[in-house]
Amino acid sequence: MSAETSTWTTKKGLAQMLKGGVIMDVVTAEHAKIAEDAGAVAVMALERVPADIRAAGGVARMSDPSVIESIMAAVSIPVMAKARIGHFVEAQILEALGVDYIDESEVLTPADETNHIDKHAFKVPFVCGCRNLGEALRRISEGAAMIRTKGEAGTGNIVEAVRQLRSVLAEIRRLQSMREDELFVAAKELQAPYELVRQVAADGKLPVVNFVAGGISTPADAALVMQLGAEGVFVGSGIFKSEEPARMATAIVQATTHFDDPKILADVSRGLGSPMRGLALEQIPDAERLAVRGW
Amino acid sequence: MKIGVLAVQGDFAEHVAMLRSIGVEPVEVRLPEHLEGIGGLCLPGGESTAMRRLIERWGLRGPLLDFAATGAPLFGTCAGMIIMAKDIDGGEEPVLPLLDVTVHRNAFGRQLDSFEAELTVPVLGDQPIHGVFIRAPIVERVGAGVDVLASLDDGRIVAVRERNIIATAFHPELAGEPRFHRLVATMATEHQEPAEGSARRRHPTRREGLPR
Repeated sequence: MSAETSTWTTKKGLAQMLKGGVIMDVVTAEHAKIAEDAGAVAVMALERVPADIRAAGGVARMSDPSVIESIMAAVSIPVMAKARIGHFVEAQILEALGVDYIDESEVLTPADETNHIDKHAFKVPFVCGCRNLGEALRRISEGAAMIRTKGEAGTGNIVEAVRQLRSVLAEIRRLQSMREDELFVAAKELQAPYELVRQVAADGKLPVVNFVAGGISTPADAALVMQLGAEGVFVGSGIFKSEEPARMATAIVQATTHFDDPKILADVSRGLGSPMRGLALEQIPDAERLAVRGW
Repeated sequence: MKIGVLAVQGDFAEHVAMLRSIGVEPVEVRLPEHLEGIGGLCLPGGESTAMRRLIERWGLRGPLLDFAATGAPLFGTCAGMIIMAKDIDGGEEPVLPLLDVTVHRNAFGRQLDSFEAELTVPVLGDQPIHGVFIRAPIVERVGAGVDVLASLDDGRIVAVRERNIIATAFHPELAGEPRFHRLVATMATEHQEPAEGSARRRHPTRREGLPR
């Protein structure tokens, strides 16, 4: 037997195992236990949830390794952690810690205004955010093994997530309707590698798993993006900024599985206390928008 | 022939696609009533802790055990193996105690230790099986009625069968490997439509005459 580790199949395969599930932002080991008990498929280890990062301002960086390690020790499910866009040394540190996935994330302050991390150079798999198909395919060509639409993190507002998911899926449908000889120009317009564009046109889907992030704060929000075609969800501030985190977490897990069953959705949505308060997008100055980070 | 795929969480879509590719009609199972009319069931990879919660919350546990008791085939990959194990290392309560084995979760380590390797699975023929192991479990102990279908070179057990229950620590559904699903379909057909004039026969690859 010649075993080969960190192959493309195992990298994107872990994301396949997370499908139909909820990945939750957690800042302490206790949060992580609550998330695992609620049925989270993975946790994102952070120092602050996006709503607090937004409120605090300043430069948001990779978490202290001791925070990440305490969370890794507390749960048996996969642990993800965030590195700044382009900050390949933060990514090297996270790989050295042995995290299961790295999120090269717009929620943190970008470290490089031109280049993303060369993710092929790492053994640990990466998830990256996108707003549209071109951005998704550029991240995949850099080695991302999982994609999530960005939404607008820390707002509790689903509108950006819906816009972006619809955009990605509409652009995929557009590619499917094209003649072969039109795909060259489509690749140019998408600013994405032709080979990936051709593959998406043939398969009718991204070559990696596609989750939705940024703004999910109720079971109905999770079911909405699942019905639209998401393969799973990230919930950041929506759980631990709600009145009853454990109940909200459980309800969002149930809603993600039974996204197509309105009776069950009604059942799990009952009596959850207040969700996070949330922000209208118009209240956020352009300079504080997170989704526009990354290119 | 319809075969169900437990679809509460995990890579159930990959099992669905594999069943479709071998000409079997897949049925996604999220609630007990979805078990009606299916001849077998696949339990996908995923996170066993999440799957456990969803099985318990929606009352699937009893109906799944009843389904297994009819003799219909069940096939679990990775988390599906953990879900069907009688003993889980570390003292976790079993979910569906159908398979007399002890499994060790995340036995190889974290994601950085996930790997691919060629395996020999004699009951499926001479062609090796390409094993994709993702944060995979291993089988640490097998009971007297359990057949070992495959081991790694170091002897660690990664595929087992006990009567109508089959489980692998790896993911044939990620490797384009249809032979396990074909075996399940064959067993399901024999279970549903035993040949005319005969009593319900045991499957040819089933081990006979061992003490239970």
